[in-house]
Amino acid sequence: MENNEKVSGSEALVRALIEEGVDTMFGYPGGAIMPVYDALMDHLDVINHILVRHEQGATHAAEGYARASGKVGVCLVTGGPGATNTLTGIADAMLDSTPIIVIAGQISTDMIGTDAFQEVDFTCVTQPICKWSYQISSPEEITWAVSRAFFVARSGRPGPVVLSITKNAQVGMTEYIPRKVNYIRSYDDDPEIDMTRIREAAAAINSARRPFVLAGQGIELGNAQEEFLAFVEKAGLPFGCTLLGLSVAPSSHPLNKGMLGMHGNYCNNVKTNECDVLIAVGMRFDDRVTGNVATYARQAKIIHLDIDPSEIGKNVPVDIPVLGNCRKTLPLLTERLLKMDRSEWIESFRKYQDEEYEKVIDRELHPAAGPLNMGEVVDAVSSATGGDAILVTDVGQNQMMASRYFRYTRKRSIITSGGMGTMGFGIPAAIGAALGRPDRTVCVFTGDGGLQMMMQEFGTIMEHRIPVKMILLNNNYLGNVRQWQELFYNRRYSFTHLENPDFQVIASAYGIPSRRVLAREDLKSAVDEMLSADGPFFLEACVAEEGNVMPMTPPGKPIDNMLMEC
Amino acid sequence: MEENTTLYTIIVHSENFSGILNQVATVFTRLQVNIESLNVSASSMKNVHKFTISCKTTARNIDKILKQINKKLDVINAACYTDDEIFQSEIAMFKISASEFQNWEDTSRLLRGYNTHIVEVTPEFLVVELAGSSEAIDSLYGELDRIGCVRQFVRSGKVAVTASPLEKVNDLLARRRDRYGYRTAQ
Repeated sequence: MENNEKVSGSEALVRALIEEGVDTMFGYPGGAIMPVYDALMDHLDVINHILVRHEQGATHAAEGYARASGKVGVCLVTGGPGATNTLTGIADAMLDSTPIIVIAGQISTDMIGTDAFQEVDFTCVTQPICKWSYQISSPEEITWAVSRAFFVARSGRPGPVVLSITKNAQVGMTEYIPRKVNYIRSYDDDPEIDMTRIREAAAAINSARRPFVLAGQGIELGNAQEEFLAFVEKAGLPFGCTLLGLSVAPSSHPLNKGMLGMHGNYCNNVKTNECDVLIAVGMRFDDRVTGNVATYARQAKIIHLDIDPSEIGKNVPVDIPVLGNCRKTLPLLTERLLKMDRSEWIESFRKYQDEEYEKVIDRELHPAAGPLNMGEVVDAVSSATGGDAILVTDVGQNQMMASRYFRYTRKRSIITSGGMGTMGFGIPAAIGAALGRPDRTVCVFTGDGGLQMMMQEFGTIMEHRIPVKMILLNNNYLGNVRQWQELFYNRRYSFTHLENPDFQVIASAYGIPSRRVLAREDLKSAVDEMLSADGPFFLEACVAEEGNVMPMTPPGKPIDNMLMEC
Repeated sequence: MEENTTLYTIIVHSENFSGILNQVATVFTRLQVNIESLNVSASSMKNVHKFTISCKTTARNIDKILKQINKKLDVINAACYTDDEIFQSEIAMFKISASEFQNWEDTSRLLRGYNTHIVEVTPEFLVVELAGSSEAIDSLYGELDRIGCVRQFVRSGKVAVTASPLEKVNDLLARRRDRYGYRTAQ
């Protein structure tokens, strides 16, 4: 390339993205981003642009891509409504620490402030819900802003970054000067490790008789799955996983006691309130994990490993904070741990596992008669994939059933909207996951409510033949809300029944092969047909209308106070 | 149950980028805490801006506020102080109606008593400045207001420096520069 060659800001933007390793992006063109879309056409040999059908779909696809691949997901949208349609995805990525970058067009600098066509102050609107939001107003800023955006999105505790780019910055000419931002003085992305705290934490674990570990998504984000297993295995530490942390270790690992929280495994919630040392790794004590915090693990000494100082002591008082990247802090702890036989303590989980199996799991997975249960559909899919697939879920009962009954063998295998609980997340996130990991099978469970919030993305699946296996758990209800109405609102089903269309007809309109299954004896063959299909497949499982997710800790109650049945 | 509130002074050091004030302000909006006073100015460090914010809130909220402000990418540091941990001052200006003021006896004793500084005197009004504690300003305003002579009144909001001999923000930046030196050295 010649020195002093001038390129348009749009060309500089696309080159800067390629420089950061972008090979896939999700977007939707419009007036204020047209120069960038024009420049993109010259780079389609490097960048695979996926045209979504709604900008919110682009953000969830970018999230799915990021969560499955560990890379940064990128969205490209226009200003005004195109930009505001991404807000839900940005907020979702913020709460779930997902590294995405939303690049939105903006009107020319000289028009800003005139209420021009499609003018929205997107930087201001997004500041409270993202890690960094910046407006690029001249072409010279582009390479700096793009590099800074990627550094911020992927480093420290990851999260979403928003770049608005004005039309004049897109069309103005500039020299292309690559820049690399890897240090921001106001931003401590790799906090210093306090060795005193490491020693205190190791001593506390070594003297613990009943230690219990909470494994969170921070382990996946820090790529510390092996360091985590070495830590728990050396000292024989049983652990439970948060929703987003379910695939940090194989489900079959003898120390893995399953999920925590409101719909988690009973033994974990009981043992949280029995343990003497509670070790939280890369998790944030969300209220869905803690239940009533006033009664949460009051007996335990609490050790909290996290990279984000604002999480320490936020919800639960912490005795020993261990700030830092868990990929570094876990090995420092492990080398100081004593090997210890804690089999009696570990064995004490069994009683509660048995009780849950008998009262909940067995009934859910092996009903004698009646319509299909949600759990048995999940179990059938999980068994048929050998636990090797990436699980994506929508939000609601389908999410809780899928996360409870899916089995994980590989890291980065659960993609779900945990913090925001965004209905509609599943289908587009599965699109992103399939593109982020084309070598893996992607199964997405959705409900009849959430599916209809992002059903337009069937168009994206059709156009790109994206091989997502979609399983609709159709109970003709907004099931989770209905369950709460049943339990806490005296069965007054206020606006939770859905009058649904024929979903198979919709799938067929998009050329997506489908099957509907109602009978138990057809389930296995239906799942096999779905998994053996080349490309996308839509499986509608008609499940019991009033199925409930159990066990359940009622909101505001102590976490170990779980209902086993309604 | 109403929790006890305390008057806190928060000192924030940030980069001087547009939009930072909004980012800091949204933290207060989110928790529905009113800002009693706010002052933003340059600091002794190059390109570093300093906010002095005072607000009355609970210990639990102040903890959340600090965490959330510190989490903002371009904020270098936010810390909070109670009155015994800082030296603080404020400036107020009073535009006083001359006629009403003259009608009141012992005017000069009042202004001298507060150690005010006369900025301007015209036949219609005088402008008086008072630098000092927020309480002194409240008190002078109260006395002048009783006379009914205050045409305009403005106060700068508190500014504060810490009472500690340690300069934490300078140390923090120096330490960070050393720790991340390996990256920028390339």
